[in-house]
Amino acid sequence: MRLWGKPKFWDHYDVASGPHKSLFNFRRVWLLAVVVMSVVSLLPLIFITVVNYRATKRGFESEIRLRTTRLVSNIRRSVAFFLEERRSAIEFISRLHGREELNNPARLAFILENLKKSFGGFVDLGVVDAQGNQSSYVGPYALQGKNYADQDWFQQVFQKGKYVSEVYLGYRRVPHLVIAVKHPDGNGDFYVLRATLDTERFNHMVTGAESTETGDAFLINHQGELQTPSRTFGTLLKKIPLPVPEYSSHTETFDFVTPDRTPLMIGYAYIQDSPFILLMVKDKNRLMKEWNWTRLELIGFLVFSVTVILLVILGTATYLVEQVYLADQRRVAMLHKVEYANKLASIGRLAAGVAHEINNPLAIINEKAGLIKDLFTYRSEYRADPRLIGLVDAILHSVERCAAITRRLLRFARHMEVSIQTVQLEEVVREVLGFVAKEAEYRSIEVRVEVEGEIPPFETDRGKLQQIFLNIINNAFAAVSDGGRLVITLKREKENTVSVSFADNGRGIPPEDLKRVFEPFFTTRAGQGGTGLGLSITYGLVQELGGTIQVRSTVGQGTCFTVSLPLKYEKRKREIDADTIGG
Amino acid sequence: MRILLVDDEAELVSTLTERLSFRGIEADWVTTAEEALEMAEKGSYDVAVLDIKIPRISGLTLKKLLEERHPKMKFIFLTGHGSEEDFRIGSAEAGEDYYLIKPVNLDLLIEKLKEITGAKA
Repeated sequence: MRLWGKPKFWDHYDVASGPHKSLFNFRRVWLLAVVVMSVVSLLPLIFITVVNYRATKRGFESEIRLRTTRLVSNIRRSVAFFLEERRSAIEFISRLHGREELNNPARLAFILENLKKSFGGFVDLGVVDAQGNQSSYVGPYALQGKNYADQDWFQQVFQKGKYVSEVYLGYRRVPHLVIAVKHPDGNGDFYVLRATLDTERFNHMVTGAESTETGDAFLINHQGELQTPSRTFGTLLKKIPLPVPEYSSHTETFDFVTPDRTPLMIGYAYIQDSPFILLMVKDKNRLMKEWNWTRLELIGFLVFSVTVILLVILGTATYLVEQVYLADQRRVAMLHKVEYANKLASIGRLAAGVAHEINNPLAIINEKAGLIKDLFTYRSEYRADPRLIGLVDAILHSVERCAAITRRLLRFARHMEVSIQTVQLEEVVREVLGFVAKEAEYRSIEVRVEVEGEIPPFETDRGKLQQIFLNIINNAFAAVSDGGRLVITLKREKENTVSVSFADNGRGIPPEDLKRVFEPFFTTRAGQGGTGLGLSITYGLVQELGGTIQVRSTVGQGTCFTVSLPLKYEKRKREIDADTIGG
Repeated sequence: MRILLVDDEAELVSTLTERLSFRGIEADWVTTAEEALEMAEKGSYDVAVLDIKIPRISGLTLKKLLEERHPKMKFIFLTGHGSEEDFRIGSAEAGEDYYLIKPVNLDLLIEKLKEITGAKA
């Protein structure tokens, strides 16, 4: 089968197809096979791939969500712990030391020094009385005696007992946050121990925790203002362009698309006992980078599989339909051959019957006319008129012509037994050439015999073989002009067959005549003594010997008859033949 | 030389007999196998010319019957079925006999008759 190009069945059009036309419409069969096979094999593949695609995508998303959640939780714990630790430390100090002791600046400085050393992150420390006056202060700024009574943080600590402030600039115009603890001093009064924390350390804790490049972690207050600097959203106290997430006691994530269409995954957590919300913003496109590769693999696999499957289906369908088509062609050819052989056989039978029936009255005419001639010859009284004897001769001549025709017809459908003997093929050919040697010489026709390979002696009917060869050679001689050429090639064709081909360089046979050359009475030499029986007789004889005869011809270049004969002769069952023909 | 002609076509054999007599060959004719056997009993014939197809019995069978009774008798067959040659010698069933195709060429018949009987005219 050709791998590429249009298959043979594609342009097939069966003129003879009747009610079962669709059965023999090969293109439709092919299309049906391709469509059915494609649907059956591709549909499940595409379905499975889509399911797999979506499952994998969901898996990826949930994994990055989980990772974000975990990271946010970790940072939240650290931040919460950081604040809690420092708040506890201050509370501990307020419980341990009395008000008088804390109002002693030297003592307070000593405590701040120790806090700095033990915890780090402390900037200053102050004691504020119930009226909001800072009664004692140690730290880098001059805040002694400042009143905080009207400030929010003081109100809050007054109500709740403890307070962690948002990051704010305050009097010092430096970002800081405040941790304050209210402590009762026994006689119904209270004081507040207040510490300022280093936002530097605080910032570092939040931003430094997110070591990967994929995210941006920062704190905001409940108004959405930045409490630590953000890589994406800028500096401190700026309002971020994101919604402030709803309160939740757990770490949560949500998706958000920015106005410039960047999909974000945001993880957040409210930090307990503080005004802070921890936010971690990640660019989803960058997170899904790994997914993109997997997706490419999945789609690539699908495209590759579909291509391979389609190619295989196309190839298989084409091959199979081509085989069916070729088998069908062989069947049709065989049918035509059998029909043709049957036609020839029945014509032969008819011819034989006619010839035989005519032969008897012909014999009588022959004898009667012969007798009349005899009477003229032997009896003097009839000899007077020379015209009469001329007439009788004419009758006898016509009888002879009729007899020649019936004899040929009978030869065509002869019932003689085949007489089998061992023959040398080349010898038979040479023998037959002997019959025509004179004509060949006279017309200077070149006759060449070529033997290819070794041809063993084989059993066949010598007489019939001679007849076959003689007929073909006579035909060739009739076709070539004087000085022409005839090449006879003997060849061992297969294990069990030999072939003899007769190639002449005569005028050739037109294609429309080529189909009919073996039909009885078909002749192109009607006016020149051709009866149209020669080749049909030859055809019958070759069949009787169990062989085949083929003819190829090109007009103007010549004709080649090839007779193939079996090396093993098998007797043909004429009776069975007769039955099938119905004669 | 005496000839017996056997053929179911009376017109054919009678004419043939007459023509042979013109040429000095003595011949009798019959149209059935029974008559042929009867005639063969009466006269001594050198050659029997038999049609291959005679009613009820084939020429070959008749030949066998005649041969049994008259071992010296020679045979020539006439046949309506042609072969590639005008005559042929020998076949599986008939042995070394002559076959002539109808319509018969009289000169050829006489030639063969002479040949078969050893050229005594």
